[in-house]
Amino acid sequence: MEQRLFALQRLSAMAMAPFVLVHLGIILYAVRGGLTAAEILARTQGSLFWIPFYSLFVISVAVHVPIGLRNILIEWARLSRGAASVCCFAFGLLLLSMGLRAVAAVGGLLS
Amino acid sequence: MEATKPAQRTLKVRIARGTEDGNFTTYEVPWRENQTVLDVVTEVQRRIEPTLSYRFACRVGVCGSCAMTVNGKPRWTCRTHVSRVEEDGVIVIEPLRNMPRIKDLVVDMSEFFDKWKKAGSTFVGTATRHEPPAAVSPTSKKRKMADAAIECINCGVCYASCDVVAWDKEYLGPAALNRAWTLFNDERHADPKDVLKKATSGSGCNSCHTQGNCMTHCPVSLSPTGSIAGLKKNALLQFLKGGD
Amino acid sequence: MKSPRNHRAYWAFLGHRLSGLALGVFLPAHFYVLGLALEQQARMDAFLKFADMGAVKFGEWGLVLLLSIHMCFGLRLLALELLPWSTTRDARLSWISWGGVLSLCVGVIFALGVI
Repeated sequence: MEQRLFALQRLSAMAMAPFVLVHLGIILYAVRGGLTAAEILARTQGSLFWIPFYSLFVISVAVHVPIGLRNILIEWARLSRGAASVCCFAFGLLLLSMGLRAVAAVGGLLS
Repeated sequence: MEATKPAQRTLKVRIARGTEDGNFTTYEVPWRENQTVLDVVTEVQRRIEPTLSYRFACRVGVCGSCAMTVNGKPRWTCRTHVSRVEEDGVIVIEPLRNMPRIKDLVVDMSEFFDKWKKAGSTFVGTATRHEPPAAVSPTSKKRKMADAAIECINCGVCYASCDVVAWDKEYLGPAALNRAWTLFNDERHADPKDVLKKATSGSGCNSCHTQGNCMTHCPVSLSPTGSIAGLKKNALLQFLKGGD
Repeated sequence: MKSPRNHRAYWAFLGHRLSGLALGVFLPAHFYVLGLALEQQARMDAFLKFADMGAVKFGEWGLVLLLSIHMCFGLRLLALELLPWSTTRDARLSWISWGGVLSLCVGVIFALGVI
């Protein structure tokens, strides 16, 4: 189990490096002159690039963040490995659902 | 006219006593230009406090027995000059961290050695006495990697300095994993895959977060950080290739 | 008393872990706000207007910094764990300083964009 989590953590990290670079880039570009919902949505709605991009980003995040948090819970909060796994798995599901909902929202896929 | 004798300069030594945290006794020993922390502890025990318990053996920096926490850092006391570590004429001496305390400056290293075995450090040969000795090239990549980590004498300083050991009771620790790495790179060893299996079992090499406290404090300049990174990489590759 | 933790690689560990923790805690809020685009565009705009406040912009700047730090220190970890080491002591400590500098640059660019 631990080896599997370790592998997933490292692989999701590698997948995310380009995502983070692009995300930072678009943030630095978009914040100039103020941000409006219309601006954001004009870029993302129906986009054949941004929708898959952010979907993959959300999935990697939903894998990477809980595994990292699990280490913190075990080492600093002194939870047992089992308890930490349960908490973090739940948090991962939360991130996945909220994240994909957000992608659907800005992608104009549901409204 | 009487010449007044200048007051003898002294060194204040706060030593952790007993078995509970926070019990310190302060001793005073003469200040000498050239003394090690071990010299000071020995002087305290022989001249002032015979009940003080501490470990030492070679007193010349080759056995690792005298490791203690000096002014917050784990060190070999025989290789630590007082002049290098004293702060305002005071040194504070405590037992090594992360190991149960027996008394005063002596700790129980059983768990340290148990983890040494658990991490996959038992050599299993493949040849018999009838075969010629293995011709291991000292310049081969694997041998160089093993040699770079082989000088460990189990002093426990790295284990005492590791925060993951402090936070995670199951963590095998830097020394044990460093040793496993030397065995993994030993071409005479029968089962390197098994070394990886043991090194990743329980809370193994993957629990290391590369803080590097071990590397920073090792008295013989070894780098368990590097060894563990090697174990992680090989274990990951083995896992991805469909190993167990 | 000297701390056994006062060295660069330890700061890198702390920076990576604390930034990850902060970002992880922030993410649900981030996803919630983005989700406001679903039929609540007016609320999203109202939020973005609120986010124009100096204090919020400072928070956003902090988050951008944290993300950069987390990525830079994380890339160093991937390099440590997957690439060969030139010497056993080559813990790529220089990457820590460069990572910090790069993150500050990203922070500066962000700040210049929002002022």
